[in-house]
Amino acid sequence: MASPTASGTRRVRRQLPTSPWLFAAPGLLITGAFILYPFVSTLVNAFTDRRTLVPGEFVGLANFRELLHDDMFWTGLRNSTLYVLGVVPALVLLPLLLALLVQKNIPGITFFRSAFYTPVVASIVVVGLIWVWLLDERGLVNSLLETVGASPVGFLSDQWLILLSAMAVTVWKGLGYYMIIYLAALANVPRELHEAAAVDGAGALRRFLTVTVPAVRSTMVLVAALSSVAAFKVFSEVYLMAGPSGGPAGEDTTLVMLVQRTGTGLTGRVGYASAISVVVFVVTVALMLLVLRADRKEES
Amino acid sequence: MSVAEKTGTAEKTGPAEKAPAPAREPRITDEHGRRVRVWELALRYLLLLAVLVLTVGPFLWQLSTSLKGPTEDIFSSPPKFLPADPTLHNYERVSETIPVWDYALNSLKVATANVVTNCVGSALAGYALARLRYRGRRAATLVFILAMLVPVEGIIIAQFTTMRELGLNNTLVGVLLPGCVSALNVLLMRNAFLNLPHEIEEAAYVDGANVWQRFWRIALPSVKGTLAVVAIFAFMGAWDDFLWPLIVLSDPSRFTLTIGLNYLHGTFANDERLVAAGTIIAVAPLIVLFACLQRYFFRGVGEGAVKG
Repeated sequence: MASPTASGTRRVRRQLPTSPWLFAAPGLLITGAFILYPFVSTLVNAFTDRRTLVPGEFVGLANFRELLHDDMFWTGLRNSTLYVLGVVPALVLLPLLLALLVQKNIPGITFFRSAFYTPVVASIVVVGLIWVWLLDERGLVNSLLETVGASPVGFLSDQWLILLSAMAVTVWKGLGYYMIIYLAALANVPRELHEAAAVDGAGALRRFLTVTVPAVRSTMVLVAALSSVAAFKVFSEVYLMAGPSGGPAGEDTTLVMLVQRTGTGLTGRVGYASAISVVVFVVTVALMLLVLRADRKEES
Repeated sequence: MSVAEKTGTAEKTGPAEKAPAPAREPRITDEHGRRVRVWELALRYLLLLAVLVLTVGPFLWQLSTSLKGPTEDIFSSPPKFLPADPTLHNYERVSETIPVWDYALNSLKVATANVVTNCVGSALAGYALARLRYRGRRAATLVFILAMLVPVEGIIIAQFTTMRELGLNNTLVGVLLPGCVSALNVLLMRNAFLNLPHEIEEAAYVDGANVWQRFWRIALPSVKGTLAVVAIFAFMGAWDDFLWPLIVLSDPSRFTLTIGLNYLHGTFANDERLVAAGTIIAVAPLIVLFACLQRYFFRGVGEGAVKG
């Protein structure tokens, strides 16, 4: 290592010194140009009044001060936060129950596992439009409700019902994905634990809480972290179900919808949209830290 | 529920693999040869069927709607699940309303290109991070880890202005570029290469094989499984993507299928049969792909979740 020896020079000739960088170059170039550079430029733009066609100037904290008085921003922050609160508990618990249901190798179970995964494979646009039709005022869900004598529900006309329906769609589409993650975790739970608990006379619910949950706890934390970050950044479900302008009076707008609406087009306010994006970054990181910290506290 | 009772340990490799056929005995037993009570089994299948209706039912309802003719009542209550007189009329109408086959071709182009660039780019970079020794390797790894942590939804506006500066907005290349070598895939390939024993390359090294030969002939064939996962998720990711193409593409003649569907829905929202036919066109190829290659789909979830 210290001095170039004869074998050292031979090695250099064999493996051209530039070749490792040639290998990494395409990946580094794309990542640098289209992920890291836009990331830095978002941070910079947040402090300018840049528009799509106007370069803009440094304006200090003006964008952030404007955010504080922007009702639509608070609406977006509220909806994205509600989305996390509504979606995450369901996505931590339901896929685990589903994994337990499909875990045992009974005849035909591979068919069921695959079928439950189908919504994951479909595009969110397809899924969104399927549910827009199902939840239509005259759609299948309402006509079933009518058949059993209930009155139709305006799932897609009320501000809160729209948000709730979108959450249901997110959960519906995510079930199969997290089910597979839980299946892998459950495979590592020693059977003896269950048997010992069964011998001790523990009921199914007790065994679930005292054996299964502790055994897959780290997976539950992982699912909570993944799903909370994804839920806070929700765009497509709400965009499709509430419409591009975010439902009645824009009351269903989420933060990412606001970013998209504010920052694009020829008159897009790039600077202001970047300031909203910075809020998205900060909350995302905070969510991750929160979940991980809650995990550590519980462990000790 | 007594579901937690009999935990199988046979599920190491992924749920797609079939377990050994259950014993053909008068009584049904599980994989450990213990008897399963009949009522418990019945309950289990009942629950499975209920979930099946919830997860697959909506797709079938959409298919059924798309096959119903113009005279058939699609709003009837109680609902009619099967079309009385199945017809492909709505599929014809979609292609008369929007250039749906052009959109499908655009989606196919972007998705195929995304597979190629991701496989090549992430295999090369992953190999460099895992197997080659050079100054700056740690820094390069860090670049990809940081990039993986950046939430894409937060940088779309800056990505859009970058594309404008390059003159690539409103082109399929612009749709492709930001995700064409994803950091997650690079790190997946790096892990796969790290897990290979060093000995298999050392022999080739002694024989005088250079770095490209070792990469192409020895290392790459050993990580085919991970490469297949990268390919499938690259295809699915590009085919299903919505937010980014929505921002980059403004000219309806260049839309991909998802953006075209959104456009169809926005313009002809009251024509449910038409929208239904459009969604079936968009989802059918992926369901076929999934049916053929399930194993890799499930494997990808495991690998992606560990990193992501």
